[in-house]
Amino acid sequence: MTNLFSDLANSANLEKSISPSRTWRQLWLRPLLSPDVLAPGAVGLLLLLFWEIGVRVTNMPPYLLPGPLLVFQTLVSEWGTLFPSMLITLKITLVAFIAAVVSGLLISILFTQSKWIERSFFPYAVILQTTPIVAIAPLIILWVRQAVPGESSTFVSLVICAWLVAFFPILSNTTLGLNSADHNLINLFQLYHASRWQTLRYLRLPSAMPYFLGGLRISGGLALIGAVVAEFVAGTGGTSSGIAYQILMSSFNLQIPRMFAALLMTTALGVAIFVALTVFSDLMLRNWHESAVKREN
Amino acid sequence: MNPSSAFQLSDVSKVYTNGTVALKNLDLTVNEGQFVSLLGPSGCGKSTVLRMVAGLGKMSAGTIYWGGSSQRRLAYVFQEAALMPWATVQENVRLPLKLAGMSKAADDTAVAEAIALVELRGFEHSYPRELSGGMKMRVSIARALVTKPEVLLMDEPFGALDEMTRSRLNSDLLHLWQQKQWTVVFVTHNIYEAVYLSNRVVVMAARPGRVVADVAIAAPYPRTEEFRTTPLFNNYCREISGCLANASGQLLLRADAEAKAGDVINQIA
Repeated sequence: MTNLFSDLANSANLEKSISPSRTWRQLWLRPLLSPDVLAPGAVGLLLLLFWEIGVRVTNMPPYLLPGPLLVFQTLVSEWGTLFPSMLITLKITLVAFIAAVVSGLLISILFTQSKWIERSFFPYAVILQTTPIVAIAPLIILWVRQAVPGESSTFVSLVICAWLVAFFPILSNTTLGLNSADHNLINLFQLYHASRWQTLRYLRLPSAMPYFLGGLRISGGLALIGAVVAEFVAGTGGTSSGIAYQILMSSFNLQIPRMFAALLMTTALGVAIFVALTVFSDLMLRNWHESAVKREN
Repeated sequence: MNPSSAFQLSDVSKVYTNGTVALKNLDLTVNEGQFVSLLGPSGCGKSTVLRMVAGLGKMSAGTIYWGGSSQRRLAYVFQEAALMPWATVQENVRLPLKLAGMSKAADDTAVAEAIALVELRGFEHSYPRELSGGMKMRVSIARALVTKPEVLLMDEPFGALDEMTRSRLNSDLLHLWQQKQWTVVFVTHNIYEAVYLSNRVVVMAARPGRVVADVAIAAPYPRTEEFRTTPLFNNYCREISGCLANASGQLLLRADAEAKAGDVINQIA
């Protein structure tokens, strides 16, 4: 019997020695060379190749469909005007995203403290979510201009629009997560007379972590979409205009390659946000959650 | 009330809001240092008894009197290991102390002791997913022991384990119990487990949950694996199995009668 036990101990120790803490090289280089990256990368390159050949063979005019090479050239030549615009959009996205995370987390905690609060207010969160942002963006811009006059007025209204879109996934996911703690563990906490705060801190919040992180990934992309849509509506001119304004202007001026370049930047930004949040989520969960744990079989 | 009794349930009933009568007029006295098994088919309210004793959920009627021990000095082991997957073995075992707001230094020795008791030394920093089912259960038991309880409530703790792991944990548990002299209430639907472990087996029947037999197992401790093959062990198993069959037989007869009554009503309609 003791042998059985020491065997178990040995096998677990062995497992540990095979997988030491992952170094940065394992974290970054190996994923880049994995089929998960190589396969879609090859598909993408092939598509670009067909696109370029197609455009050249059919003599497609660039104002209808520019080839990828031309788009890339435009991206390089217009970098000076496009990149600052992208930074503005990024700033709006980040501020709205952080606001969504903080408010979503706090409100979901409030919801789980009292069923009555959740019952009373959750439907309104749904209403906020289902109201089309394009429709209410002009209103928000109008109202914010009354409340916050001056330069920062547009920025604030754009942030509010993006926040409105990004807020709901965090709220609904985290609420779900906070309510899905193991009922046996809830009983255990009750048994040891844990306070409300202790139950939240040591049980509900960790249980909600995977759900919260899932919401984060959705909401990061939505914050960007919200910011871009709001910029379209706001149509800000002057020096402080975001990437959406560049897309809009390029299409008005029939600078289609430039429009594509700006579009490419927006997409790249969205992908970057998603990848960053996915890496963050895996780091947070890698010790315990099924979604992030590497298995041999 | 008997001075040596740990606690006493008097005329306890529990009706759930959906109308299910989980317990009806239950009287049960558990003496200090006793190892009592509650045995019965699923739905006979044996887990409900534990929950009532632990103060999880209100009784519909009746009282629990506490003798030498107090409700504060009890620990509970659930059917599932119920570990926090995000925490290591050590952190899981520490949980009750953390909730009681103890200092970390005092915790460490208690945690180390509890982990040593269940023979999990070397696994302090493992996560639950790295452990087998039996080892998870050991962690769960260590977590229960870390507060040095007087009363240990166990709700089918080994029900989900394979037979070999179960019998090993059985003998380990018995060994610990002899050392520590806790009062144990052990819920199970396994007759052999109940007879092997307990000095008293309380047989329960369902609908409504009630006690149908109370069998003292007069076999000396320490009980070895050989005890499982003795005639004495077999006799007890047969006796208790008879009690269970009687109780469920009555139930079957009654269900039969109800079904017939249903047929008659259907025919009339």
